[in-house]
Amino acid sequence: MSIDGPDIVIETTGLTRVFTRRAGRGLRSLRRTALTAVDDLTLRVDAGEAVGYIGANGAGKSTTIKMLVGILVPSAGSVRTCGLDPVRDRRILARHVGVVFGQRSQLWWDLPVRESFAILAAIHRLRPSDATAREEELVARLEMGGYLDTPVRQLSLGQRMRAEVAAALLHRPRLVILDEPTIGLDVLSKQRLRQFLLAERAAHGTTLLLTTHDMGDIERLCDRVVLVDHGRAVHDGDLAGLARTVGARRELVVDLLAPSPDLVGIPHTVHLMSDGGGIRQRLAFDADATTAAQVLAAVASRAEVRDLTIEEPDIEDVVRRVYEASGRDR
Amino acid sequence: MVDSSRTGATAYRPRRLGLADRSRPYRVVLASRMRSQRSYRLNFGIDLFSSFVVGFVELAEVWLLFHNAPVIGGMDFRQILLVFGIGDLSWSLASLVFGHVDNLATYLRLGTLDVFYLRPQPLLLQLVTSDISLRRLTRAAVGLGALVVGLRANDIAWSPTHVALLLMTLVSAAITYAGTYVWAAGVQFFVVAGSELTNSVVYGGRYAATQVAAVWSAPLTVLFGYVFPMAMTAYVPTLVLLGLPAPAGLPAWLGWCTPVFAVWMWVFGLVMWRSGVRHYQGGGG
Repeated sequence: MSIDGPDIVIETTGLTRVFTRRAGRGLRSLRRTALTAVDDLTLRVDAGEAVGYIGANGAGKSTTIKMLVGILVPSAGSVRTCGLDPVRDRRILARHVGVVFGQRSQLWWDLPVRESFAILAAIHRLRPSDATAREEELVARLEMGGYLDTPVRQLSLGQRMRAEVAAALLHRPRLVILDEPTIGLDVLSKQRLRQFLLAERAAHGTTLLLTTHDMGDIERLCDRVVLVDHGRAVHDGDLAGLARTVGARRELVVDLLAPSPDLVGIPHTVHLMSDGGGIRQRLAFDADATTAAQVLAAVASRAEVRDLTIEEPDIEDVVRRVYEASGRDR
Repeated sequence: MVDSSRTGATAYRPRRLGLADRSRPYRVVLASRMRSQRSYRLNFGIDLFSSFVVGFVELAEVWLLFHNAPVIGGMDFRQILLVFGIGDLSWSLASLVFGHVDNLATYLRLGTLDVFYLRPQPLLLQLVTSDISLRRLTRAAVGLGALVVGLRANDIAWSPTHVALLLMTLVSAAITYAGTYVWAAGVQFFVVAGSELTNSVVYGGRYAATQVAAVWSAPLTVLFGYVFPMAMTAYVPTLVLLGLPAPAGLPAWLGWCTPVFAVWMWVFGLVMWRSGVRHYQGGGG
């Protein structure tokens, strides 16, 4: 930490990446088309934050990550990761960043897990005592003791992902980037991995940047969500704010004492459905324009309420709305 | 700059490292690659054997050619055996260490290269030391055998200069071939299915290197004599060793310049590699 504020781990200003593709074939292919994968992204992540970086396929998530770690050069704008220029200082940066690509492995497929760790410890020039301590910590927390001597190619997907995460974290990076870490994992494996990441963050203050299509990851791991669409950040804030951005509504379910007519016409509220001849009714309301109390008061003025529940917007639904909206103009 | 106390990367030692320390990560990878290749014994045995057969067939092909035409371009079989021995031995040794480098297209497709970016080491050095092809040892043995027989079968007026020339040629040739592998890797950044093109240089070049360059057409002489200096790896130095007359376009004194051609091939290769990396990163390459 510096004295004058929090430590900035990721800072991008107007970050843009354009890919040019040849249109047509053969000698006529000189005509090129440009595709803007990341468009004027300004993002700041402070040390210790856990940020979910979400968006539909092709929204520009992976391109952003590649610019953060120095694989791709930005077309415009600037990026600093851990205070470094990722392309120029790639090799120094590599000591401070750990990346898990859900779809590609950084382990040696024909070697036992333990040997992969030993190689990575050598690559990162860890002191033998540090490496051993860290490996023991990771093995215990990720429950990998049972398969340390198994070649990577014989591991189940869940086991391999845990080994991948351990491999990326062996050198105690201050920034961990996880690109779809839970893809294809079963419920239990997902839960284990999430618990580990929470514990790791609590123990070491690690900064997390996570791309995922699994909203459970976001809900459990992230305190901030950045939503990208067509390369632009369309939301940066907490999950509740994201729901408001896309106009997702909270829902009020009331159980009435007696069957009642549909509760229509309450301000800022839409009647969704009635059950049991109107004994149970479901209303959606816009949380920005009204409150649950106001809606309830309006309901109570028309019928006697026996019980009620309030449902928050389903995050899956929120994101589906965003993806659908983005798909329409694609 | 980021210091380790601030970043919490306490395990990183920012201090001057000796060569042994610097090379350790690479040695660890290579050692594990060798262990893993040998651990599948049957597999390894088959690899060694098939590599030997390939080398032997190449040699048989040369023999067959000279069996039908005893003298080609002023050389007989005993003399071409020496060319083959020098060329094939140095090529096999280069392939042992660099052979997998021209699989870059596969590395790109699998995303392995992106993983290299995440490690604190130069990309090319990681790529080179990411594997080693022990199976090429038997291929090298074929080359060595041809070289030994070739040296004995020919009447060479041995002097210290001749010995120096032979050693210099073997080393320069291996370095030249390694440079072509690096060149081939660089090209594959640009051409997705580039291995066809690069194979024609790497394997076509090796083939050309063990042939009598005197019969080449002028364009071929420029291509495999100078641009990719394959004729300099074995044929031209052999002319010097045996005191044979040199063909037009490939003067014999160039046989003493093999290190220059090795350096050229590496410059060419590294320029191609660098522009390939630039292209991959999209930095206006």
